[in-house]
Amino acid sequence: MELNAVTIGFFIFTILTLGGAIGVVTTRNLFQGTIWLMVSLFGVAGYFVLLSAPFLAAVQVLVYIGAIAILITFAVMLTRSVTRIKERYIRTIPSLVVSLALFLALLFGVTVPIFGDYSSELAPTVVMTTRDLGLALVEGNGYVVPFLLASVLLTAAMIGAIFIARDEES
Amino acid sequence: MDELCTGLCKLMVESGADAGLAQFVSLLVGVLLVSGVPLLTVIILIWVERKVAARIQDRIGPNRVGPLGLMQTFADLLKLLGKEDITPTSADRVLYNAAPLVSFASVVLIWVVVPFTPFHFGVDLEIGALYFVAIASLGTLAIMTAGWASNNKYALLGAFRVVALLVSYEVPLVFALLVPVMLAGSMSMLDIVNAQTGMWFVVFSPLAFVIFYISSQAETGRAPFDLIEAESELVAGFNIEYSGMKFGMFFAAEFLHVFTNGILMALLFFGGWMGPLYYESPLIAFAWLGLKGAFIYLTTLWLRNTVPRLRIDQIMAFNWKFLVPLSIVNLILLSAALKILQELGFAPRDMLSASFVDVLPTTVIMFLINLALVVYLLGILRKRGQEARRESGAAQGALAQAASGAGD
Amino acid sequence: MVPLWMYLAVAAALFCIGVFGVLSRRNAVAILMGVELMLNAVNINLVAFWRYSETGTPLLLNGYAFTAFVLIIAAAEAAVGLAIIITVYRNRRSVIPEEADTLKG
Repeated sequence: MELNAVTIGFFIFTILTLGGAIGVVTTRNLFQGTIWLMVSLFGVAGYFVLLSAPFLAAVQVLVYIGAIAILITFAVMLTRSVTRIKERYIRTIPSLVVSLALFLALLFGVTVPIFGDYSSELAPTVVMTTRDLGLALVEGNGYVVPFLLASVLLTAAMIGAIFIARDEES
Repeated sequence: MDELCTGLCKLMVESGADAGLAQFVSLLVGVLLVSGVPLLTVIILIWVERKVAARIQDRIGPNRVGPLGLMQTFADLLKLLGKEDITPTSADRVLYNAAPLVSFASVVLIWVVVPFTPFHFGVDLEIGALYFVAIASLGTLAIMTAGWASNNKYALLGAFRVVALLVSYEVPLVFALLVPVMLAGSMSMLDIVNAQTGMWFVVFSPLAFVIFYISSQAETGRAPFDLIEAESELVAGFNIEYSGMKFGMFFAAEFLHVFTNGILMALLFFGGWMGPLYYESPLIAFAWLGLKGAFIYLTTLWLRNTVPRLRIDQIMAFNWKFLVPLSIVNLILLSAALKILQELGFAPRDMLSASFVDVLPTTVIMFLINLALVVYLLGILRKRGQEARRESGAAQGALAQAASGAGD
Repeated sequence: MVPLWMYLAVAAALFCIGVFGVLSRRNAVAILMGVELMLNAVNINLVAFWRYSETGTPLLLNGYAFTAFVLIIAAAEAAVGLAIIITVYRNRRSVIPEEADTLKG
């Protein structure tokens, strides 16, 4: 693997993604955990740029940093009994074993082509633009049904979240 | 920037530098240039803002340091750098120090997609408009982090107020932004400007511009939405614990954000660098963009120094009960009108190559739709106002009666 | 050029860190963060497979569009999940999922 902009970017984003993720599961302080989560998801957005999906990268930053991070921060602030929880983890050893075993199994799966050989070459040229995605989302033989379902789901989630979280006394 | 970078790259290769290195260095120079423009502007902006504010308030403003007080900002900069840099002992050290940087970076990064002239721009991202919205959300997170990491309850409360404001006003901002994107059929900033060759987008939908203007005024935290730093009622909001240059960073980020929004509005609604003779020279094009941006910037300063501050509940109610529904209705009506006109053949399918005559029918119809919406809204507001006045009049009448009854 | 398996390996690692977070953390908000990590690991996989798809026609938008849908689900899940956490906290003064056991016989 030669050293060029893409590979250097890949390593930087790997450090961000995995480092941030480890930060999320190890930090005691939940607000810091949120910041680590954002670092990690920023790295994921970087991967999207490398994989020539800039639209997804922008949406990733917008949705996670603009919306979910703020939501989680508010939830952390509103549920401030964190100090009451003495131990950080429960079932530490079993969880560690399970996730490590899963990781090894997955790593074996992706490096050894047991499920048939897959191409390791980039598809020649990506001619797709955001316009194509937009068209595919509203085209009859595209993704119009999932798109509409997703809109309904979002509306339902919004109404549901407001209804559940509303203070009944007021 | 592109031609400059490739020119520099060629020059370095010819003088015997490694090709990869030359490319890297020339890219770096490009990055420095693009980020240097906003950094230099902010120094002048602070002076402009203080002078304008002073004139509106019938003062003279800074006039001691240098001619016309032009050197005042440098003096302030030295003062800020010379101040003790305090980090509260109970603060979260890393996050506390990172927050001002992220806040400033979130504004400077917007300039990546700003096209200064038809040929000079950082990057022409296919998703330029979306990028700008995404990067702006970094600023919100920075404020939240600053409020939390200071470990001060006033800072945290201030941050809560600000974040609630910023998150809310992002909604009408995005809906208003969608109108130029829809008209241009592209999210690239370059395409959006080029699509305004026939007619500026502000004529298509003045309402979208007004909504964008109000929301960006709120996003930067300027009066009447200056809850971020309500000097007369809060200690200082989220940046209470910050001193020296770290405070200066928040300060500079705010000043720069206001001007950046002026430039963005010029690009999105006022045809960017379009104007007489812009094709003659990039300098003229750049001057047009600067003039338009500066004019919008001056109106925001004017607004800031004339209107009083609103309460947080009034701000929220105005956003969710007025701006958001209005921006959604505006977008739906305009998109329906555009589609129908396109099907009937009155509107060009591709704005990028449309001339003034091509877009004239669309412009007229969309403007009329906006006008009808505004008239309807004013009617509703008038009725509401009359009702409110009648109610308060009745209440006052009852009070007066009670008072006179007690006097007897 | 980065080979496909490296993307998949990173995604696998991210997914397993998420699994560890979900299984071992006690705070409900922390568990939710673990779920977000897992969703993002899936997204990396989807986009990577889309980009490297052997058919050579990235115009086949499956991976791309599905990532967009996963992002939508993630947003909805976070909103509803956090609303539930806040309500449980309000009623039981606790953010530990095991303690929300009113329905237990």
